[in-house]
Amino acid sequence: MSEVFTVAVLVAVTASAIRLAVPLLLASLGETFGQRSGVLNLGVDGIMLLGAFAGYYAVLKSGNVWLGLFAAAIVGLVLGLASAVIAVTLKAEQGISGIGIYLFGLGMSDLLFQKLVGTPIPIDTFPKVNIPILADIPYIGPMFFQHSLVIYLAFAAIPFGTFVINRTTFGMNIRAVGEYPEAADTLGVSVERVRYATQLIGGTLAGVAGGVLAISLGIFQQNLTNAAGFIAIALVYFGGFRPIGIMLGALLFGFVNALVLELKTLEVIPRDLSNLFAMAPAIITILALAFVARRFRAPAALTKPFTRGQ
Amino acid sequence: MKKRRTKLAILIAVFALVAAACSSGGDDAGDGDFRIAIVAPSASNDLAFTQSIVDAANVLKESGVISEVAITDGTFVVDDAAVAIRGYADDGYDLVIAHGSQYGGSLQEIAPDFPETSFAWGTSADTFGLPNVYSYEAASDQGGRVMGIMAAALSNSDVVGIVGPIEVGDAKLYVDGFKAGVLIQKPGADVRVNYIDSFSDVALASEAATSLIGAGADVLSGTAQMVVGAVGVAKTEGVLWFGTQANQTSLAPEIVVASQVYHWDVILEEIINNVKDGKLGGELRQRGAGHRIQRWL
Repeated sequence: MSEVFTVAVLVAVTASAIRLAVPLLLASLGETFGQRSGVLNLGVDGIMLLGAFAGYYAVLKSGNVWLGLFAAAIVGLVLGLASAVIAVTLKAEQGISGIGIYLFGLGMSDLLFQKLVGTPIPIDTFPKVNIPILADIPYIGPMFFQHSLVIYLAFAAIPFGTFVINRTTFGMNIRAVGEYPEAADTLGVSVERVRYATQLIGGTLAGVAGGVLAISLGIFQQNLTNAAGFIAIALVYFGGFRPIGIMLGALLFGFVNALVLELKTLEVIPRDLSNLFAMAPAIITILALAFVARRFRAPAALTKPFTRGQ
Repeated sequence: MKKRRTKLAILIAVFALVAAACSSGGDDAGDGDFRIAIVAPSASNDLAFTQSIVDAANVLKESGVISEVAITDGTFVVDDAAVAIRGYADDGYDLVIAHGSQYGGSLQEIAPDFPETSFAWGTSADTFGLPNVYSYEAASDQGGRVMGIMAAALSNSDVVGIVGPIEVGDAKLYVDGFKAGVLIQKPGADVRVNYIDSFSDVALASEAATSLIGAGADVLSGTAQMVVGAVGVAKTEGVLWFGTQANQTSLAPEIVVASQVYHWDVILEEIINNVKDGKLGGELRQRGAGHRIQRWL
């Protein structure tokens, strides 16, 4: 037990938590833009899966991880556009259409993998970028400053997202459209255009999240995300529809997962209770949703299609 | 009305694409008279559990023991697997193989409805007392022990790590055998086992490997389809890897020392001969290295 309470364990768990949090954080941030504008997209996991495959395949063929990330973003953008057409223009029931997108992504990513690749082939992964000076700080460096560039960029996206939502005209339009689209429309804001924009942002970030996952692991496999997209949606509620809250939720989820893994390695968790502890991240997320998220109100027009004059 | 038609057309298109994507077709062959169907949790070419049974079926087909093999892979969801198992039984396949410890409950429910059809369930030692269910397993602890001895001999830190999925069936047998092998070779060695409680979470398997390496492990092993993530970490960190179920050398030739490869065709052929003779089940088939079900690459 004494080996649990060491700095080395804290460093390992924190670094692992950050790595596990990043795909969730990116997908969740994108979904936040959509939900703040009143559109729920339950298809995040499907978009992540296709983004993961696109990123993996592009790296496999080109050897360039950044080209892979770009491919993942493009695929996400296209699926975001599809989501927008279904939810905004066709005004389909958002929950059902999202499940359709998820199933499409799940099946199509596997089909493409089987047809174009077949047996898993490893690819290059993102190189680690040690931040000068900071990476050399004992304990702090290995925890926070010895990761790949995409991890730094993902965390940088949080204050940027907060700024866009809270401090820009575009962000104000997103909030207005999500709360009271009729009023926004009266003031000359195009509800459809804003919702299209948020779906494109959400799709792109979900695609990137999948690409980051596959390229970081250096492999693709059927259902690679393991339902991470659905956790990302839950984190939007957990985070109170705010990027900073989402980041904290993703980190908490990653931290609990990493801690459970570390405790298993250190043989602190009895083997008989392994299954129980494996549920810990989900249980903590549900408890947090119950006690924390209810303090925040969902956008009033969430899941409600907008038709002018109705 | 026009909008409705457009919506309907889009919905039909989406469902058609999904149906096409999700289907994994059977493989018609020959004029023979013995047809088998396989339902398995991961992809047919996962370099692990599912591939091992698919490779075995293909061996039997090439040798003319069976005439047709149909495969439904990727059924991580047990309910989906149950639909496929029942569907194959309905279609009159001579032997329906539920290749996954997690499918036991479904098989227990389905098999009594098809008393003329033979079922096989692996990896498991339980037939539920049903006369038309075979259970099968490889004595993977035997192979695991051999690999564990090699792993201990190659370890400089005397810390060896194992990434497991859920502590059941074949995975448990292998992990226990591997651990025993390490301790035979080096009784004082530290063997760390990390069951991640998932057969499919590649990211978690990857982090488990990182955690084990952080604990000092310089040789790793692991079982089930999610270990591809752990092999990637071993490769990056220059840590040796021992594979099982299928040949994993292609994942990282520089660090994969050996793979225990399952040849389920040995067991399947025994079961098929029994079925042809009219005995539909009620037996456990466990075979080990002595029957050449495991071979090392």
